[in-house]
Amino acid sequence: MSSVPPGMARRVAPHTHGSASVERIMFHVCLALLPATVFGVYLFGWPALLLWLVTCAAALATEAGCLLLQDKPMRRLGDGSALLTGWLLAMSLPPWAPWWIGAGGAAFAVAVGKHLYGGLGQNIFNPAMLARVALLVSFPVQMTTWIQPAQLAMPDFASALQVTFATGGIPDGLTGATILGELKTAQTAGTVQSLADANFSALDALFGRSGGSLGETSELLVLLGGLWLLALRIVSWHIPVAMLGTMALLAALFHHASPDHYPGPLLQLSSGGIMLGAFFIATDYVTSPSSKLGQLLFGAGCGAVVFAIRSWGGFPEGVGFAVLFMNALTPLLDRYCKPRVYGRNFRGRPVSAQPQARKAS
Amino acid sequence: MFGFAPIRGGIHPSGNKESSAGREILSGIPLPERLVLPLFQQAGASALPIVQPGERVAKGQCIAVSGVGLSSHLHAPTSGTVVALEDVVAPHPSGLPSTALILEPDGEERWLEPAREDDPFSRSPEELASEVEKAGIVGLGGAVFPSAIKLRQGRRHEIKTLIINGGECEPYLTTDDRLMRERAAAIVEGARLIQHIVECYEIIIGIEDNKPEAIAAMRKAAAPYGKIEVRSVPAMYPMGSAKQLIQALTGLEVPAGGRSNDLGILVHNVATAYAIQQALRYGRPLVSRVLTLSGGCVAVPRNVEALFGTPIRHVMESCGGLTRPPDRLVMGGPMMGQALPSPDVPVMKGTAGILALTRREVNERTPDPCIRCGRCVDACPMGLVPLEMAKFSRADDFDGAVDYGLRDCILCGTCSWVCPSQIPLVNFFEYARAEMYQRRQTESKLNYTQQLTEARAARLEREAEEKRAAKAARAAKKRPRRNREDTPVAEESDS
Repeated sequence: MSSVPPGMARRVAPHTHGSASVERIMFHVCLALLPATVFGVYLFGWPALLLWLVTCAAALATEAGCLLLQDKPMRRLGDGSALLTGWLLAMSLPPWAPWWIGAGGAAFAVAVGKHLYGGLGQNIFNPAMLARVALLVSFPVQMTTWIQPAQLAMPDFASALQVTFATGGIPDGLTGATILGELKTAQTAGTVQSLADANFSALDALFGRSGGSLGETSELLVLLGGLWLLALRIVSWHIPVAMLGTMALLAALFHHASPDHYPGPLLQLSSGGIMLGAFFIATDYVTSPSSKLGQLLFGAGCGAVVFAIRSWGGFPEGVGFAVLFMNALTPLLDRYCKPRVYGRNFRGRPVSAQPQARKAS
Repeated sequence: MFGFAPIRGGIHPSGNKESSAGREILSGIPLPERLVLPLFQQAGASALPIVQPGERVAKGQCIAVSGVGLSSHLHAPTSGTVVALEDVVAPHPSGLPSTALILEPDGEERWLEPAREDDPFSRSPEELASEVEKAGIVGLGGAVFPSAIKLRQGRRHEIKTLIINGGECEPYLTTDDRLMRERAAAIVEGARLIQHIVECYEIIIGIEDNKPEAIAAMRKAAAPYGKIEVRSVPAMYPMGSAKQLIQALTGLEVPAGGRSNDLGILVHNVATAYAIQQALRYGRPLVSRVLTLSGGCVAVPRNVEALFGTPIRHVMESCGGLTRPPDRLVMGGPMMGQALPSPDVPVMKGTAGILALTRREVNERTPDPCIRCGRCVDACPMGLVPLEMAKFSRADDFDGAVDYGLRDCILCGTCSWVCPSQIPLVNFFEYARAEMYQRRQTESKLNYTQQLTEARAARLEREAEEKRAAKAARAAKKRPRRNREDTPVAEESDS
C-alpha cells in the first residue's frame, strides 16, 4: 500500500459543496440595509452616523468578548452576525439617541440576547428586538425622543459629537412625535381620519421625510433592500408577504368599519418599522420557523400582533413586541408545521399503493 | 415552489460533465499486473471463493459463488492464475480490510466459453432470470443490489411499468450518458429482456434533459418497438434516485416503508440493462464496467471500460494520469461516493466513477453553528427537516430524530450540500441509523434471551407441576395402602 496523503482518508460525502456561507448571507443582508441607512444618515446628519458606528462597534466588541470568554474560535467574529445585530438595533433607535443607548443596547443584544442562550443559532428571541424592547421599557424618554427631519438645521460634526456623547440632550424645538405617536392620541379622540388627511402624505412617508428611526423613515428603500434579499433567495417571500398582507387586510377591514379610529392600510404599511420588521427582523433565520407553512403562520401572527398593539395597545409601535411574541411560538410552529414526507400523508402515515394483485405462480 | 417541479426540493450543483461526456468510452486499456477482486462487492453477503491459490482460471469463469441470502457470483475478469486469497484495503466506509482473490493475468484473455449468440426472447423468463443470476449482475447505478433477486421479486408482483433509470444526476458522472449514446440498441434490448422476464406492459426510459444526445440516441433505438417511451426529466439532483424518478415520471410516490413493486413499478439502471443484455444474448458474465474518470486533477477526463479488480492507480495512469496530486480521491459521484484511502483500491461492480478532486472543487470548510436558515428543509427531496434531525441525532435522541424523518432519509446529501454552515448533516443521519440498527439488534437479542429464560422457567414450572400432579396421582392410587405405610413410620417415631 502506498502512503496515504494526509487527510485524504475518511472524508465523508458529499465531496462537493454549494457556495452558500453564513458570511455571504450576512454580508448581503447588510448590503440590503445600506440604502436605507445612508438615506437616514443624510436625513438626520452626523449624530445618526455616530450612533450607528457606536452601536455596531459595541456589538462587535461584545461578540469578541463573549467568544473569548467561552473559548470559541475568534473567526466567528467575522461571520457578520454580530455586526448585523448591531446594525438592526441601530436602525430601530431614535437617530439622535445618546451613545450609551446604542452601546448598552448592542452589548445587551449580543451578550444576553445571543450568547447567554448558547451563541449563534441557539437564541429563541431576536437579539436586536430584545435589546430594543429592553431599552424602550428602561429608558422611555430617550427611546421616544424623535427628531423631525423637516425642521432640521444640520449640526456640524462638533455639535453632532455633543448630541451623541454629551449629556445635554436635544433642544425641544427639534423633536416631535412620529406619525404613529400622533395616531395613538388621535385614536382615543376619534380624529384619525382628519389627522391622516391633514398630516399624512403617503409619498412623504414612503420616501421618508418623516420622523422616526433610521429603519422607519424610508419604507421604500427598506422595501428595495428586502426585494434584493428576495431576489437572492436569502429570504423567502412567505414571512414578509404574510406579515404585510395580514397587516393590510386587518387595517382595511377596520378602517372600513370605523375610519375615525383606524388608519387605512397605506398609512399602516408606510409608517413605523413594519417594512424593516417584515423583511429584516421577522425573517431572522434563527428565530423564525424553518418550514414554509410555519413561516406563513409566523408572518401572519406578526402582522396581526403589530396591528393589535398599534390599535389597542399602550405603545404607538409594536413591531418589536410582535416579533418577540411570535419568536416564542416558533418552536411550536416548527413542531406542528413539518412538511409532508415523500411516501407519507400529512399525518405521517404511509400513503396507500393501489394493491397489486399477486400473480399465481 | 408552486408544484411545477416534478419532485420536491432538489439542487442544481454544477454538473462538470462536459469534459468527460464529449469523449468516447475508452476500451481495452492494458492489463494491470494483478487484479484485486474483493469478495464483498454487492449488497448483502460476501461471495464464497471456489478456487484455490495456484489455480488457473479462464476469463468469465466463476471464481466465487453467491453467499447466503442476498449476494451474487463473481467471475474472473481475465484469464490467468489465482495467486492469493488475502485481506486488502477495500473502498468501504468502515475502512476495514476485505478479503479478496488476487489474480495474475496471463495476457491471453482466454474466455471460458466461446462467444455465442442466440435469441434470448425464445427462452422462458424463469430461465433468463437464473442466467442473470449466474452472470453475477448487480445494480450498476450504485446500489449493487443483486439484479436476479429484483427480477424475481418483480415476477411475484404484477409489474405494469419498467423504468430504465438514465437520470445520472450525480455531478461529473457520464457513464450512463456515454453508454446511451454509444450502445443505445443494446440497452433497449436489455430493457426489452427485463420486460420479457417480469412480463410488464410498458417501458419508460427516464433521462435528464441535460443529455440531449443520449435522449436522441435512445429515441432512435426504441422507435421500432411499441410501448417503449423515452422521456426527459428536468436535470436536478437527486433525480436519479429511484423514488424521485418514479415520482417525476408517474406522479406516484413509493409508500413509506414499501417498495416500488407495490406501485407495480420496477426500476433498473441503464448500465444494468446493458449488462443484462450482454449476459442473455452473448452469454457473457459481468467482468467489467464503464466508469467515469474525472475531476480537476485528471489530465484527460473520460469514460473507461475497465475490468473489475483493476487498481484505480492503473486506470488513471492508462488514461493520461493526473496533473497534480488530488485533494480528495472519490469512488462514485461527489454527492454520495466514498473518499478513497488510497489509489490502490480496485475497480468494483459499484464503481461508477473515479474522481480526483481539487481543493476548490471539494470546497469544504470547518463547520459553523446551525443558523436555522431552513435551506436543508427546502432542498430535501423527501420533505424532511434535516436541521432538527441533526440536532436530535447529535444528542443521541433517535426517537426525536425519527419524528423529523430519520427513517425516510435516502442519505442523498442534498442537505449537506446546501448548508451555509457546512454542517455534515448526512453523516449525523448515517451515524444515527447505524446506531439505531445496533440498538435494535441488541434489543432483539435481549428479547430473545428473555424469551428463552421465560420459556425455560415456564418449562421447569410445568415439569414441576407435572411431577407434583403425577406424585399426587400416584399417591391417590396408593391411598388404600397409605395407612399401612404410615403405620411403620409412626411406629418408628414412637420407638
